[in-house]
Amino acid sequence: MTALLSLRGVETRIGRYHILHGVEFDVAEGGLTMLLGRNGAGKTTTLRTIMGLWRAAAGEIRFDGRDITKMETPDIARLGIAYVPESMAIFADLTVQENLVLAARAGPPDPKRLEWIFGRFEALKRFWTLPAGFLSGGQKQMLAVARAIVEPRRLLLIDEPTKGLAPAIIANMIDAFRELKDGESTLLVVEQNFAFARQLGDAVAVMDDGKVAHQGGMAAFAADSALQQHLLGMGMGEHQ
Amino acid sequence: MKRDWLPLLLIPVLGLAALPLVGSAASWVTLTVAGLAMGLMIFIMASGLTLTFGLMDVLNFGHGAFIAVGAFVAASVMLALAPWMTADSLWLNLAAIGPAVLAAVVVSGLLGLAFERVLVRPVYGQHLKQILVTTGGLIVAEQLLKVIWGPEQITLSRPTALRGAFLLGDIAIEKYRVLAVVVGLVVFAGLALTLNRTRIGLLIRAGVENGEMVEALGYRIRRLFVGVFAVGSALAGLGGAMWGLYQETVTAAIGAQVAVLVFIVIIIGGLGSVGGCFIGALLVGLTANYIGFLAPKVALGSNILLMALILLWRPQGLYPVAKR
Ligand SMILES: Nc1ncnc2c1ncn2[C@@H]1O[C@H](COP(=O)(O)OP(=O)(O)OP(=O)(O)O)[C@@H](O)[C@H]1O
Ligand SMILES: [Mg+2]
Repeated sequence: MTALLSLRGVETRIGRYHILHGVEFDVAEGGLTMLLGRNGAGKTTTLRTIMGLWRAAAGEIRFDGRDITKMETPDIARLGIAYVPESMAIFADLTVQENLVLAARAGPPDPKRLEWIFGRFEALKRFWTLPAGFLSGGQKQMLAVARAIVEPRRLLLIDEPTKGLAPAIIANMIDAFRELKDGESTLLVVEQNFAFARQLGDAVAVMDDGKVAHQGGMAAFAADSALQQHLLGMGMGEHQ
Repeated sequence: MKRDWLPLLLIPVLGLAALPLVGSAASWVTLTVAGLAMGLMIFIMASGLTLTFGLMDVLNFGHGAFIAVGAFVAASVMLALAPWMTADSLWLNLAAIGPAVLAAVVVSGLLGLAFERVLVRPVYGQHLKQILVTTGGLIVAEQLLKVIWGPEQITLSRPTALRGAFLLGDIAIEKYRVLAVVVGLVVFAGLALTLNRTRIGLLIRAGVENGEMVEALGYRIRRLFVGVFAVGSALAGLGGAMWGLYQETVTAAIGAQVAVLVFIVIIIGGLGSVGGCFIGALLVGLTANYIGFLAPKVALGSNILLMALILLWRPQGLYPVAKR
């Protein structure tokens, strides 16, 4: 399988802190790769570095064979990469509709696609004209994900999408991500919810202290509780 | 839908509170119109500044330069067209004012572009340097104005059609103030429509909240910022031209003087909020006029007091912008 995204020796510093120490991993095209790791391992920093929101001080990030390490964030986005930050970063002063209109760069959002999104995240339809600041935490999360998928994108970078979501909505999110990875997109998802990670992930990269300590298939990782214990401090079985 | 209307109520509350203190209804109307006119002129000058701060956290202490340049350019054009200014025809008067205002807007806008490129761009993200560099820019601009237009103040008088007052019974309303109110409301409506109904406007509002996310959606926020900076400078030039005609004198210090009011207004309104800036400007204009009438000795400090009171109520200003 060819890698759509690959990181080699990526070092990121934030101010005087050295956060990423040579991150290396590949994201295969057309699947879902889970990026796991303990709190503070550097998962969010890795996604922000890919997006160009932090600058890699060394190393190389390639997307579709192209070196994007030094590209500006808007140009990276225009290659077809969408980002859902951990903080969600919805525009609170804009309505749900306006949030999605802005995210659709090519023109007004496609009605069919909107219906598909509403089918997964019904609240967005209900609160279409409400300023997004009035949404609940879970609804903001839905909006943040919807913003990333309102148009087809080649690669989705999603940071902890299930945070604060009710189980029924998590199930909808799983359906949505499945359809996306089986169709048009490749996904790189940071996740703390292991049941979710295990159900959806094809591949896994586990970070520890600013490096990727393990990369491989999800099935093998899910079966190896000693490795989970070592890298995450817990077995996945305990958390289903 | 929950919208926050409380700050808007402050305007009628302030007006009604002043009515018994002023005593005569006629004087109250005159003062109120004067306050609204002053407030709207300040709003025109302040609207761009609050947006540039909101978009890129840029503290531009040089904003007064655009106000001053607008005033000088407009004054020069009007002096050159003096015969039309003094003609007893509204149309000839307008034929002088129109080009004067246009020239002020264009020159200030272009200057804004240059200012952004040369002074502001190298210090993005560095607040202390921004303050130093833009203050330096203001000082240089003031000196250049003296070099170009001479150190004396320029006296200009309003055109014939805009002198005097409308009389309604015993109420006198100065014509020029009515014009200032109309222009101010038109600018406000134009900005509100742009911000709420156009894609560029949506991008600006989104960028004020979270510029990083706007970039992650694939838009170049710097380009947006440069555009807003230029439009904000042009509006400052428009306000400066109007202010000069209001005072009927123009000096190189005009920019720095008015800029103090402009800063008070954008702090009261909440940095980054055009709606807040609008309400803040009206409050400042009204307060200055009521207090100027009731207690001229304390008029100078009244706006600072107003700002302090509002910040006690809402420490981030009337409409704090949700950041990140
Ligand atoms: N802006 C910042 N300034 C300084 N240090 C930071 C900053 N952001 C993150 N860090 C540090 O970098 C390290 C990695 O943080 P990061 O947010 O990437 O971890 P994470 O794996 O996403 O953690 P979590 O699971 O808690 O979200 C942490 O030690 C964190 O304290
Ligand atoms: Mg994180």
